Amino acid sequence: MATLLEVVDLATYYATPGATIRAVDGVSFTLAEGEVLGIVGESGCGKSTLGRTVLRLVEPTGGSIRFLGEDITKLDRRAMVRRRRNMQVVFQDPFGSLNPRHRVGEIVVEPLEVHGIGDARSRAARVSELLVLVGLPPDAAGRYPHEFSGGQRQRIAIARALVLEPKLLIADEPVSALDVSIQSQIINLLAELRVRLGLAMLFISHDLSVIRHVSDRIAVMYLGRIVEIASTAEIFDRPTHPYTQALLSAVPHTDPARRRERILLSGEMPDPAKPPSGCAFHTRCRHAMPRCSNERPALAQRPIEGGSREVACYLY
Amino acid sequence: MTTAAPAAATTILPPRRLIARTLGAPGAVAGSIILAVLVFGAIFAPLLSPFDPNATRVCPRLAAPSFTHFFGCDLFGRDIFSRILYGARLSLAVGLLTVAISLVAGTIFGMVIAFLGGRVDRIGVRLLDVMLGFPAIVLAILIVAVLGVGAFNAALAVGISGIPRIARVIRSATLTLVGREFVESARAVGASQTRILRRHLLPNLLPIVIVLGSLDLGGAILSTATLSFLGLGAQPPTSEWGAMLSAGREFMRYAPWTMIFPGLALFLAVMSVNLVGDRLSHVLDPRASGHG
Repeated sequence: MATLLEVVDLATYYATPGATIRAVDGVSFTLAEGEVLGIVGESGCGKSTLGRTVLRLVEPTGGSIRFLGEDITKLDRRAMVRRRRNMQVVFQDPFGSLNPRHRVGEIVVEPLEVHGIGDARSRAARVSELLVLVGLPPDAAGRYPHEFSGGQRQRIAIARALVLEPKLLIADEPVSALDVSIQSQIINLLAELRVRLGLAMLFISHDLSVIRHVSDRIAVMYLGRIVEIASTAEIFDRPTHPYTQALLSAVPHTDPARRRERILLSGEMPDPAKPPSGCAFHTRCRHAMPRCSNERPALAQRPIEGGSREVACYLY
Repeated sequence: MTTAAPAAATTILPPRRLIARTLGAPGAVAGSIILAVLVFGAIFAPLLSPFDPNATRVCPRLAAPSFTHFFGCDLFGRDIFSRILYGARLSLAVGLLTVAISLVAGTIFGMVIAFLGGRVDRIGVRLLDVMLGFPAIVLAILIVAVLGVGAFNAALAVGISGIPRIARVIRSATLTLVGREFVESARAVGASQTRILRRHLLPNLLPIVIVLGSLDLGGAILSTATLSFLGLGAQPPTSEWGAMLSAGREFMRYAPWTMIFPGLALFLAVMSVNLVGDRLSHVLDPRASGHG
């Protein structure tokens, strides 16, 4: 399938007094049309910044973002607005992402107004269509966000994101703020919409079981970099990077026979303002070799038993 | 884990329920009644006042209160009751104008510098700090000195001197809003800067603006009266409470009514406005919701 999004060597640094935080530091990946790429990592690994940078809600420090075959990294504000029609976002907190003073109808119609699509009548029809699509009653349009539960609010946010029929949806921890029972509803909704609308997604989450459910491929991030990227099946059947292995071992398994050895990571994630030398993970890695603290392994196709894997580790 | 909704804190109350809740405290009820009487008096002053407020010698000079002259008479034989009624017109109108000037300019300034951030914000904050460095009344006197005396200029002066305080509060309120995800969502949709300011930030700032305005109105009435008292505001023969107080102060010992009634009117106006303003801020304050 055609490439929708190509991110090359993307970097986002935040300047804080006294230090530069390398939130995203040289990330490259591609996303095909209709594909779902899961981005997983601990909090603070830069996955949310990555999503915001791809949308240019945060300006990249370096690297390039090619969207629909065009480099959008350097576009001015006006040109960028037109591209936004094809790239939308759903944020984590459905209480924060909806303007409390706007009715649901106003929230969902806003993208159409901004992009000057249709007239009042066709917009209203489109809004009801979207509300039904995400599983809300059409009369929800006249009510305020605070009248809805967290799961319903996330549905509203999804309706707003999809009203422009974007090609790319960035879902930034879309279910993390929801009750577990509601999480599955929203995940199923996203999975269903993706098939129906041929939507490509960047699905950002710290929760591997959620990521597994929706993703075609998974990229594992650690301290601003991707350490391993492969198809969902490959990652789950055979994690190769020691960090991926540790993450996976933390996922509870329903089948006791298949329960993996639990790998406990010692210590906290290092301060992104002062990343360790060499491989950033060497401070917590149980396979760390002398070389790991001096040189940084590049993310590259490396031979593993019975094939190859895009992984950044000297074990392979 | 359902996070308690911080957004729901700024719940939208329909106007009728807002009024009902505002009147839920005895102080606010008293304030509203006094204010209503004053506003009524101001609006219908031509019908209610028994004499022309500026007509001299309608009664003996400095005559004591009587049934024909409820509040007595001043040095020129003018009916104080009539002058107070007309003074209410001026004081309330000037107060509202003053607050409107501070609110509109302060809100726009605070909102825009916070939204644009960076250097604009740093320079804006410095500017506000400089303005706040002057006591408001001194700043107002300075502005009147430049613009010239008069009721309108006094309102302009007090209004301008009130801008930095409003701008500071609005700026910090905007800063917390700018970090919220609905603003980021609007950006992601492609909304323009002005659209974000107008449609997303302003409506969320409105409750704060209303509270600031209602709390400032009393002070504004007092400050413009102060300027008139000092001879920098409304000029004779205009009936203005501050000017009346000033004119009466020489006769305080022989004809105390020349000061008591304008002073009382001023006191009641400021107190009633403050009572209502306090209650309004309590009702609209997110942290206070749920109590009454």
